[in-house]
Amino acid sequence: MTMSALEQRSANRRSARVRRGDTERHGERPSRVGVAVVTVFMVGVLIYFMLPVYWLVVASTKSTSDLFSTPGLWFADLNLFSNLSRLSTYDGGIFWRWMFNSFIYSGVGSVLMTFVSVVSGYALAVYRFRGRAVVLGAVLGSMLVPQTVLAQPTYQLLVEIGLNNTYAGVLIPSLVYPFGVMLGYVYARSSIPTEILEAARLDGASEWRIFLSIGSRLMGTGTVTILLFAFIGSWNNFMLPLLVLNDQSLMPVTVGLNGWSQTAITVPELQTLTVVGALVSVIPVVLVFVGLQRYWRSGLTAGGVRF
Amino acid sequence: MSVATAATSTSARPRRRSRGGGQRSAPYVFLAPFIVLFVGFLIVPIGLAVWNSLHTVQRSGLGFGSSSETAFTGLSNYTDALTNPEFLDGLGRVLLFGAVQVPVMLALALVLALLFDSAAVKFTRFFQLSVFLPYAVPAVVAALLWGFLYQPQVSPIVDALGSVGIDPDFLAPGTVLWSIANVTIWSVTGVNMIIIFSALQTVPREIYEAARIDGAGEIRTALRIKMPMIAPAIILTALFSVIGTLQLFNEPMVMRSVTSNVSSEYTPNMMIFSTTTQGGNINLGSAMAILLGLVTFALSVAVSAASNRRGGKR
Repeated sequence: MTMSALEQRSANRRSARVRRGDTERHGERPSRVGVAVVTVFMVGVLIYFMLPVYWLVVASTKSTSDLFSTPGLWFADLNLFSNLSRLSTYDGGIFWRWMFNSFIYSGVGSVLMTFVSVVSGYALAVYRFRGRAVVLGAVLGSMLVPQTVLAQPTYQLLVEIGLNNTYAGVLIPSLVYPFGVMLGYVYARSSIPTEILEAARLDGASEWRIFLSIGSRLMGTGTVTILLFAFIGSWNNFMLPLLVLNDQSLMPVTVGLNGWSQTAITVPELQTLTVVGALVSVIPVVLVFVGLQRYWRSGLTAGGVRF
Repeated sequence: MSVATAATSTSARPRRRSRGGGQRSAPYVFLAPFIVLFVGFLIVPIGLAVWNSLHTVQRSGLGFGSSSETAFTGLSNYTDALTNPEFLDGLGRVLLFGAVQVPVMLALALVLALLFDSAAVKFTRFFQLSVFLPYAVPAVVAALLWGFLYQPQVSPIVDALGSVGIDPDFLAPGTVLWSIANVTIWSVTGVNMIIIFSALQTVPREIYEAARIDGAGEIRTALRIKMPMIAPAIILTALFSVIGTLQLFNEPMVMRSVTSNVSSEYTPNMMIFSTTTQGGNINLGSAMAILLGLVTFALSVAVSAASNRRGGKR
């Protein structure tokens, strides 16, 4: 059902959007054998990428014993709702607490990350100032720094300032997002003509106002793309919270589910809860992802100019 | 809050070259939040890691009366790390992993991007979304998911292969690394495909027109025209992929709950994690982290240098 809806929507979009590409495509007229080979390949690709997701949906509807005893790719007795209610009540409903935490970390985190990235990228693209080359170099260089080099000393630092095992301890370090700044820079450079800014300056607008009313609007699509990457990135965050948090009730859902999966060896019930929990934890990201499709498609193409 | 204070302090800084009012200080104000965060949570931690790596906690005395003090020990942590067989094994393992995973994944991403850019595929947007969607699945969940698909008791894949007489063990000592590689390929092919595809979309279509008039077929056009045009995007994705594989952590960490063939020192990152947390040896862990950083840096430079050379030839 969702699939056909998606197809429908994407078809509508396609007719509205990539006209230029489409007309060219029809002109190329590939051979019939070629199309057949490609179609078979694409079906294989579809199965590879979607089968695990399908399995997850099917497995979520099964009881713990059915999970191990019935064929994996077809439904057995429908236990989805009882699974969900056990998921919600297990350990005092800790799962929803984890989901809430992930929303805080990713929601608040990605908005702040995006703000910092867009403002910094804008400044780097629009102004010529002393130290600009240094900042640009630092942004590019820091993308090469492995997470572990930072994780342990960051933890030490957080202990020092008393932020270990707190929301802020996970949230603040993850705000350093050089990739976002680079994207912001790329988008600002390709979407903001300097003449407009000069005109606004002549009209007496302040720099901040120019950014708010012109710069940030012209960067709109790019901003959504950065937001999406930041959101996915922080929802994915695992190592830092694993180090920083020892209070279960502060954990994001990734760390929580991993814990369940490890205990599932001794508590079989957790197998099912891990499966259902995994499905539930993916839904918000997928919704954001599909919902923002229009933006990341055009946002990435805009960025492609400079990649 | 800290952002606001930082902003006012930088805006007060005097600058030459006056071009009117806020324009001089504006870039500094705009960059202030980033710079504060960058220094606080990137420069300072790196500095701390370097300091840690050059010191060692030495215990004196025995039993309850023992005291520990931190002493400068130069590069001894580095020599310890470099002579630690588990660390070197882990490093070798991720290099082998990357040597296979990166080319396979990028080839798949490239082929898909080229197909999506050609006229050969119908329902492009639907297929693209299907390939990109796993990227939205957190690595931890992806590993949990595939973990189930690798377990003989649950896996429909093992069932299906068993029915045609193949009896695979995805979690055996020799195969588990490639099973992990499969998880990462599943996760990241989509995003790389999208980056390459976006680059393809920016190539002016007239070039293809010209190639067609010259009698070049689809495949020839793809190899001779499209690929060179999008070389920068391919290099970028290669660079990020190499960095990613060296830092392999989430997937093997999660796999530990379904197999005992992934040790807690399986990759350098896991080794660092276990050395600092369970082992409690921050100093040795920091030395390993910095070594891993240097290897990453060296490989990234090598990738960009190789690409520059190719770019020069063109």
